[in-house]
Amino acid sequence: MKLAVFESRGRPRWTRLAALLTALEKGRPEAEASVDELPVLYRQLCNDLALARERELSSALVAELNDLALRGHRLLYQARTGQWHQIGAFLARDFPRAVRREWRLLVLCSAIFYGLALGIGAVVYRTPDVIYSFMSEGSVQRFEEMYDPEGGVATEVRSADDDARMFGFYIWNNVSIAFRTFASGLAFGVGTILSLVFNAFSFGLVAAHLVRVGSAQTFFGFVIAHSAFELTAMLLAGVAGMRLGLALVAPGARTRLASLRGAARQSLPILAGAGLMLVVAAGIEAFWSPRLLPPTVKYAAGAASWAIVVSWLSFSGRVSGD
Amino acid sequence: MIDTIHALQTPEGVDLALRVAGPVPRALAWAVDLGLQLFGLAGVQVLIGAAFGGSGLALGLDAIVVFAVLWFYPVLFEVLGHGQTPGKRMLRIRVVQENGTPVGWASSVLRNFLLVADFLPFLYLAGLVSMCVDPSFRRLGDLAAGTLVSHADERRSAWRAGRAAVAEGPAAPPTLPLTLEEQGAVIAFAEREPLLSRERADELAGIADVLAGGEEPRSRLLAIAAWLLGRGA
Repeated sequence: MKLAVFESRGRPRWTRLAALLTALEKGRPEAEASVDELPVLYRQLCNDLALARERELSSALVAELNDLALRGHRLLYQARTGQWHQIGAFLARDFPRAVRREWRLLVLCSAIFYGLALGIGAVVYRTPDVIYSFMSEGSVQRFEEMYDPEGGVATEVRSADDDARMFGFYIWNNVSIAFRTFASGLAFGVGTILSLVFNAFSFGLVAAHLVRVGSAQTFFGFVIAHSAFELTAMLLAGVAGMRLGLALVAPGARTRLASLRGAARQSLPILAGAGLMLVVAAGIEAFWSPRLLPPTVKYAAGAASWAIVVSWLSFSGRVSGD
Repeated sequence: MIDTIHALQTPEGVDLALRVAGPVPRALAWAVDLGLQLFGLAGVQVLIGAAFGGSGLALGLDAIVVFAVLWFYPVLFEVLGHGQTPGKRMLRIRVVQENGTPVGWASSVLRNFLLVADFLPFLYLAGLVSMCVDPSFRRLGDLAAGTLVSHADERRSAWRAGRAAVAEGPAAPPTLPLTLEEQGAVIAFAEREPLLSRERADELAGIADVLAGGEEPRSRLLAIAAWLLGRGA
């Protein structure tokens, strides 16, 4: 068949398809009435494209048909996205399940974080001057003032205004750290481990120093409620990052690329859940933790908070025999 | 053939060619997006400042807006804007899944969050190396998410085809039988001829002067192409 004949036969269909695609791409409702035509026209176009290519008809025409087919393919085979109503099911079922599936990595990350924090804490508790090797005198003093039983967060009446400022700051700071902890796992897990080590160090240093100077009550009273969500979420971001790194270090029977892709999909729910937990933690840290309340109330709330997190992640979404 | 075409096979059994975009347009699109993000943030900051003054509430809102914009601007635009952030729209490129379908939430979140890893060790070096090594110019985030960035000027191809049309002229059959491939080459020459300089066209046509049979090769090839395409008899 000559090109001129081929083109004169196909042109009306191609024009119709192009018009239909343009309307659908722009989301015009009137196009939906004629949407039944789309698959038919698209398949005919695929035929035409294969024929034009095989016969070496005209590279300009092949390019035009190819691009039209690309648009049709994109529209016809797109995945459904944005099922926001599923967020409840995600929190109640999918997220805790994803976490439990990675319990080994969670144990590993917890061991790294809490082990290091306790270790460095013990060192600082025994030989107090060690802290000045890691932190400047100024920042140590700032922490001391902040958690001083006679002042700082314990007695200073914070305004609602400060709470809002800190809420925004905690979200920006903590969630960004979690996302970076995850992403840097792509460097064979090294970035994630460094991030965990760094956070464990600063947490252990400050906690042990404050215990030593007699501010244990104010410090733990302040952090206990939000730490359930915050520390756990940070560890979960670590789990997600380690999953990426492990996929590259030990891909098993798959290629590194295939292994990475599987791991990325698998760790995404954990990262999303960790992000949401950090937003909750920011709310608690900004609006509850600075309140002036008797230590028993603080510790009771903290225990409740930890109980919620642990039982949620341990039991939510289990089916019998799971 | 050495080119930047990513072939994908459709369920209809036909190969579609996707022209993937290289580091330069992608870096330019990134720069445009960064500019827009900073500009937008500055604007929002002024608005928040006007509404709440320098209070703690304003600072808190600022922090949340900065967080949302820096992490989710590319995700929202890519998923809701047919794979295009404003910068990508300006550079006429688009993010798609490797099978050519639109990018979804999971893929977009992955590829954009992993930009952090592409940044390592500094200034997107890892991403650049990955793009230069991968035949489809995928950076690390693209590899993990299964996405790629393609040129998005499909609607202009009809215009290109019109420009490259074989000029009207006399048609004449070839003196020798031509294989399909040779026919394709002659037609491709005729389509590109209007875009070439006269000297270059003469030079290229000279390669096939066995077809010319003593006549001027360029006009002879054009005539053969017109005949092959079905003009005249």
